[in-house]
Amino acid sequence: MLRKTQMTLTQMNTKEKGTVVEINGGGGMARRLEAMGIRPGQLITKMSAMPMRGPVTIKVNGSRLAIGFGMADKIWVELDNS
Amino acid sequence: MKILLVGNPNVGKQALFSRLAEVKATTSDYPGTAVAIPTSHMKLGDQKVEIIDVPGSYTLDPTSKEEAVAARIIKDGDLIINVVNATNLERNLFLTLQLLETGIPMIVALNMWDDTKHRGLHIDYQKLEDLLGVPVTPTVAVTGEGIKELVSRIPQAKALRTPTQTKDQQWATVGGIVGQVQTVTHRHHTWLEHLGDNSIKPFPGIPIALTVLLCSFIIIRFIGEGLIGFVFDPFFDNLWAPLMTRLSDALGSEGFLHDVLVGRLIEGEVNFKDSLGMLTTGLYIPFGVVLPYVFAFYLILGVLEDVGYLPRVAVLLDNLMHRIGVHGYAIIPTLLGLGCHVPAILATRVLESERERFIVATLISIGIPCAALQAMIIGTVGDYGLQYVAITYGVLLLVWIVLGLILKLTIKGFTPELLIEIPPYRVPPLNVVASKLQARIVDFLQEAVPLVMAGIFVITVLEALHVFQYIANVAEPVVSGLFGLPRDASAPLIIGALRKDMAVGMLNGLDLTAGQLVIGCLMLSMIFPCLATFVVMGRELGVRRLLLATGIMLATSIVVGSLLNLVL
Repeated sequence: MLRKTQMTLTQMNTKEKGTVVEINGGGGMARRLEAMGIRPGQLITKMSAMPMRGPVTIKVNGSRLAIGFGMADKIWVELDNS
Repeated sequence: MKILLVGNPNVGKQALFSRLAEVKATTSDYPGTAVAIPTSHMKLGDQKVEIIDVPGSYTLDPTSKEEAVAARIIKDGDLIINVVNATNLERNLFLTLQLLETGIPMIVALNMWDDTKHRGLHIDYQKLEDLLGVPVTPTVAVTGEGIKELVSRIPQAKALRTPTQTKDQQWATVGGIVGQVQTVTHRHHTWLEHLGDNSIKPFPGIPIALTVLLCSFIIIRFIGEGLIGFVFDPFFDNLWAPLMTRLSDALGSEGFLHDVLVGRLIEGEVNFKDSLGMLTTGLYIPFGVVLPYVFAFYLILGVLEDVGYLPRVAVLLDNLMHRIGVHGYAIIPTLLGLGCHVPAILATRVLESERERFIVATLISIGIPCAALQAMIIGTVGDYGLQYVAITYGVLLLVWIVLGLILKLTIKGFTPELLIEIPPYRVPPLNVVASKLQARIVDFLQEAVPLVMAGIFVITVLEALHVFQYIANVAEPVVSGLFGLPRDASAPLIIGALRKDMAVGMLNGLDLTAGQLVIGCLMLSMIFPCLATFVVMGRELGVRRLLLATGIMLATSIVVGSLLNLVL
């Protein structure tokens, strides 16, 4: 089986889809993200990113969330190759 | 009996609250916190019950100060109306399951029901009711659809006290429920959604933001000038002026009472700008000069808020704002500050860290001119040419940025990362925009009119006692020596501590050069906040930080004033 590519939210290109695999941050951050619907197993789409380490915007279920660069850099995603 | 409205942020809780509330809400801080809780009453049968708009939360396991307060309020609730965003069932039901575990009687308002149709979502709400075990009613809070039904079902609220689940179990349960009640049909994005997504991309987001900003200023100016030219000036000139002339004659054209009420006659006439009487200048400044701009500003800001544009500005500017030690969301209190600093300082509450609140509040009170000041800057400095208006705004912006960089390096603490939900664009209902505008205008008038009146009274008394002469002598080295202003300019600088607009009016009477007027306006903006802002800053930041902020203001104004005096 082909090994799927893993990368952080900041490394993804816009319009790419993927599944969250790991949130590599403190418990507080992980809980906050989970409550907003970002947790391992969740399918997300990257919508846009501001240049020069600006925030990343993603689509989760029906809503759009903006995540600061530092936080987005700790969210690992497995790219959806299909 | 206490009914609680509980739900995620941005689900229309506030709109639902104002639909249910019978009397105007009173807002008070939750004890020991800076989290405001709106409370009101509603009729339930022949019973009068309390309703509370609980701060928006994603979870009962708190991850922010708002959620901590919400969790505490919920413990004492008698009945919960869980407001659910129907277009995002999955995340909203996570909170719903946690609420069911509390064992408090509950019903669910499936809000934003109208949006599900154009998003291609079909929700079987009767099945959702069966699966959850509590009543579920579709509602559209902004139009009022479904509200009657919701109220009639409040008595059917059920307490389940479901067994406690782990979060993974809760998400699994949510997934199961959503899978059974919701079907999604594919459909194309609406143009509003395309616009929504495009305006958070660097391109065309940034050009869009600049266009919105420019158009806002043009529209505000157009409405403000229009109101002055066609409504307020004709009123004051044709109706109020003859009355004041008669009053002046009746009082014998001079004397202390005459000076307090009508003010001094300028060339034998009542002059609304310069007479400084309580019934002349005291009414003309808040109503005739500032109110038109305040109205125009809050109208445009309210539309931008309700359309859902402001969080996008926060995303676009997050980068820039991080350079001054705050995150993008700080742009919202900052924009509010262009209207009035009092609500702006209060709005810094949305920021999580004390450091951010301090930086933003200090920067607002130094570098952001309020509507009152701007009305006067445009009205008086503008007479000398647009380039001077541009210099004034340019210097303020520069000071805002430079001071922000300095504060970021010197104030200890951390700045949390931006994490916000971007709401979809909505066409705001007219009544929502109108009622918010009305509330803001009333707030402005309640604040401005008494302070302008008091200020004018104080000026008349101080002038009669020659206090300004004394102050002018003491302050001469700074005012004349450093800022290059005539010594009489110290009086307006002191009155500026009461109301900025009045002080600019006083500066205008001093025959200043254009450069001096620019320096005078800038010093007024920076040197000290107006009394109302000062009090609110003290309450919000604490005395120690208030004094620190005041010190920064004085230092900044002395440095900037001296530098400008060398340049202009």
